Amino acid sequence: MNTTFLIATREFKSLFLSPLAWTVLAVLQVILGYLFLTQVETFTLIQTKLVAIEDAPGLTDIVVTPLFSNAGVMLLLVTPLLTMRLICEERRHKTLSLLLSAPISNPAIIIGKYLGALGLLLVLVCLISLMPFSLLLGGTLDMGKLFANILALVLLVSAFTSIGLMMSTWAEHPTVAAIGTLGILLFFWVIDWTNSVKDQRSELFEYLSILRHFQKIQSGQINTIDLSYFVLLIATFLLLSITCLANERLQK
Amino acid sequence: MTHLIKVDHLWRYYGKHCAVKDLSFSVDRGEVLGFLGPNGAGKTTTLQIITGNLAPSAGYVSINGFDLLRSPLQAKRSLGYLPDTPPLYKELTVHEFLTYCGQLQGLTPSTIKTAIHTTLERCGLTSVDTRLIANLSKGFQQRVGIAQAILHNPDVIILDEPTVGLDPIQIKEIRALIRDLGQDHGIILSTHILSEVQETCTQVQIIHQGELIFKDNITHLNQTMNQGCLHIKTQRPPNTTELLVLPHVERIETLSPTELNIHYTLPYEPSQRIAETLITQCCGLLEMTPVKKSMEDIFLTLTQEHS
Repeated sequence: MNTTFLIATREFKSLFLSPLAWTVLAVLQVILGYLFLTQVETFTLIQTKLVAIEDAPGLTDIVVTPLFSNAGVMLLLVTPLLTMRLICEERRHKTLSLLLSAPISNPAIIIGKYLGALGLLLVLVCLISLMPFSLLLGGTLDMGKLFANILALVLLVSAFTSIGLMMSTWAEHPTVAAIGTLGILLFFWVIDWTNSVKDQRSELFEYLSILRHFQKIQSGQINTIDLSYFVLLIATFLLLSITCLANERLQK
Repeated sequence: MTHLIKVDHLWRYYGKHCAVKDLSFSVDRGEVLGFLGPNGAGKTTTLQIITGNLAPSAGYVSINGFDLLRSPLQAKRSLGYLPDTPPLYKELTVHEFLTYCGQLQGLTPSTIKTAIHTTLERCGLTSVDTRLIANLSKGFQQRVGIAQAILHNPDVIILDEPTVGLDPIQIKEIRALIRDLGQDHGIILSTHILSEVQETCTQVQIIHQGELIFKDNITHLNQTMNQGCLHIKTQRPPNTTELLVLPHVERIETLSPTELNIHYTLPYEPSQRIAETLITQCCGLLEMTPVKKSMEDIFLTLTQEHS
């Protein structure tokens, strides 16, 4: 347990020692800040019209939900870059043998790496959440909905990170890991888009779609189906990573 | 008493290629085992298996009495390993890196402090303590690698070519350090520098194409290397039959009519008698030099015999 946290803190600190983490944080913050401001602008423009409508969408619906949806898409593109080096880089720089010949189990290594990378992404989620909180200065927010949005984004990045970690354990080269991760993430994102084209709906594809579960939680409907979907997804990819790392010793 | 390292009938295949073939050996406390072999002989593969970085295709490895396969964590607790490329996080300072290594090995904060202090001193790293590893020279990086392997004072230390990239003074220091550590640890040292083995090791084994072809202790080996031999050069061909009847002379190798190698049994020293005989023969003695069989010779003959 101790070593897990040790590896996690080391990974978290190492990410901040490279310019990558800082760049990602800066770029995302600028773009999402811009999107946030345009949403606020739209809200102030249509505010007068909204008063007339009965049961109109509020500030939270117009500003917060789109912001978190956009953040989801951005993180889909960015997470592969942050996770690609987790195990891959250690293998390429031959530092992996430091972990493998120390008295540490494979699950401890994987979970440590996972938590380390997740730490950075949670910092990102915190920074994104600060934007809607700033609205409290001059308005009121639907707190329940805001927290549902934050929860949805946290679950989303947790799932993204586990997939990225698996690819990083599996791939020989960081870029391969990044592209592979992006592929899998996009696949989970678009898997149920066929449903809108054809009339027939596939329940399996609907269930597998990460976007659908994300949107459901975002809308404030937090139920066990969606939560367990994320938990299962994360657990599956973490287990795959552990097996992948164990196979490292068997290399043919 | 259990062996510190016990390797039993180890096999390792890469696809169809057999890298390690039925290897068995053991190392006890106080032994420094020199692991020799030409490139691609299977040295690194064997060491990777012993340190748990690679799974064997068949066979059994135990470290300090613990089966590496069944109880890997206990086995690895008494293991210090320097791979052929030192595993260094270049973005850390030497001190940060060693602290991390100590924590990974499960040392308590207070022991880490003293362990780092003694290790830095032992490896001559005190002056670069606060520098980033990336900015250090190759030799210093290698020493950080060695420091990382001995930091937690493990019973078993495995060093894969530890003196690569070091300057002659550093090599001398590191060899002295290894000899010193060898007193109360079990060490395996892989290298292809033969003088290194002669200087530091108590046991030698040579591996070639995955097979163990030679295993002996160093004092015995040094004796075989000192087998008596004299190289003689004369102006006119000498009478060899007269030389052969001299006491302790074993055989005479004729290289050319005027050049001979005379082999004799140790520890006798028939050089004076040989010289006297040659002078009475009036064949014009030009040169008389003792020939030492070097470890290179043994190495070459052994590896050539097996290929």
